[in-house]
Amino acid sequence: MNNTLIIGQYVPGNSLVHRLDPRTKIVIIFFFVFFIFFANSPASYGLLTLFAITSALTTKIKLPYILKGLKPVWFLIVFTFFLHLFVTKEGEVLLHIFTYPIYSDAVSQGTAISLRFFLLIMVTSLLTLTTTPIEITDAIESLLHPLKRINFPVHELALMMSISLRFIPTLIQETEKISKAQASRGVDFKTGSIKDRMQAIVPLLVPLFVSAFKRAEDLAMAMEARGYQGGEGRTKLRQLRVEKRDILAYVLFVCVLIGLFFTRS
Amino acid sequence: MSGPLIEFQNVSFRYGEDQPWVLKNVNFTIGEGESIAIIGHNGSGKSTIAKLINGLLSPQAGKIFVDGMRVNEKNIWAVRKSVGMVFQNPDNQFVGTTVRDDIAFGLENRGIPREEMIRRIEECLTVVNMSDYVQHEPHRLSGGQKQRVAIAGVLAILPKVIILDEATSMLDPKGRSEIVDTVSALKNNRHMSFITITHDLNEIIHADRVIVMNDGELWLEATPRQLFTKKDELVQIGLNIPFVARLAEELTRVGVELEKHPLNHEELLEELWTYHSKM
Repeated sequence: MNNTLIIGQYVPGNSLVHRLDPRTKIVIIFFFVFFIFFANSPASYGLLTLFAITSALTTKIKLPYILKGLKPVWFLIVFTFFLHLFVTKEGEVLLHIFTYPIYSDAVSQGTAISLRFFLLIMVTSLLTLTTTPIEITDAIESLLHPLKRINFPVHELALMMSISLRFIPTLIQETEKISKAQASRGVDFKTGSIKDRMQAIVPLLVPLFVSAFKRAEDLAMAMEARGYQGGEGRTKLRQLRVEKRDILAYVLFVCVLIGLFFTRS
Repeated sequence: MSGPLIEFQNVSFRYGEDQPWVLKNVNFTIGEGESIAIIGHNGSGKSTIAKLINGLLSPQAGKIFVDGMRVNEKNIWAVRKSVGMVFQNPDNQFVGTTVRDDIAFGLENRGIPREEMIRRIEECLTVVNMSDYVQHEPHRLSGGQKQRVAIAGVLAILPKVIILDEATSMLDPKGRSEIVDTVSALKNNRHMSFITITHDLNEIIHADRVIVMNDGELWLEATPRQLFTKKDELVQIGLNIPFVARLAEELTRVGVELEKHPLNHEELLEELWTYHSKM
């Protein structure tokens, strides 16, 4: 049994960022991502980078660890930079690489775009690093609450998300068990051509789906037996509360935004 | 309160028009505070009885009463308040992402205020001896621990009867004994009825009364001690006799007369070591 399995990238901790109301984090990150596109001067980029780095340091998660989490997107960031470097043809020619001219605007724009990209990914990953999936679910339920008026099934959506989260480890364990059972019957998952390996997945997926449906049926029955009758009239154990630190975070963020508009050129 | 807690009046049930009857004209009553075991082989209709009691299924014929209320569409949520169920598969009844959330699920459904919820969760976890696991996720618990959480979740809603629907059949021996111990401790401390549904005759020893189901019919109602004297018939309807009862039977056959039919190892031991002095 895998006891260390962590869903998502959550790193347990007790820092200020960890303890913030998940709604605060989602709202701030949403607006950060939005306002990142308003930055257009070195000073404004500097300000936003400062904000992102400070937030990252406040989490007390080691910076190399956070950057390691960005691994899959490093390629995109570097690729964007070089794309701009070679394609943009404005400003003065700075230097020639094998007779290919590199323009000054190309360097500045390439840097700006990839920095934007980098900040965007880093700040959003701070959310998943410091917030448990269930907290994010609660925050989404709370933030979407107004949509109830137009009959959007907010409670059902949140319950669906939390049940999926609860069953991810269970289904992973099940997959491991089935793949061992099938391997012992001679199914080869590890060698052969890609086509062969894709075909080997079938005897894994079929029993997995069958058991998932069985589980769903059992779970529905258990939920009904325990008195579940929809969101109406339910109370909640997990409650989100806006504390002083959340107000502080909002104030700081608004200051950064004001700063952003003064540093724009 | 007068009258029985649960009453079945001529109940018949089948899953579909063209399906065979799963229950045929079943009658029985269960009193408040009573501990009942329902046994029978696979497909004898014993699990169907559990689902009928809290309205997960409804009978084609006959009436079912729980706590004075007829089980029907109108009363269904009130009935489910008095009936707590623990199912067979420990994984498929765990709704919350942590132990605490899971116990809260039943309370949340009933609109219990938050402070009350926190108090009850703590209390129920202490009762099933799981207080050290409040924040644990289900995949970090053993099967027996998950079933104990399920029991705590049921206890938290303060039902009048708890139905254990083959709750130990998917557990290892250790988990099984954990559940049996938890349940027998509860029987002594709380005034509520228990219905244990099982095909394992070892689990009926603590029951006040045993209902034996065979092919959808109520085959016998008896005390555990009376039941074990009908060994041949039990074997005929596909039930395995526990080791102690079988040994007592063999002893009788070779001429060792025991005073009463022992139900467990302790009783058998008592009979054996005092045997010589009684001669």
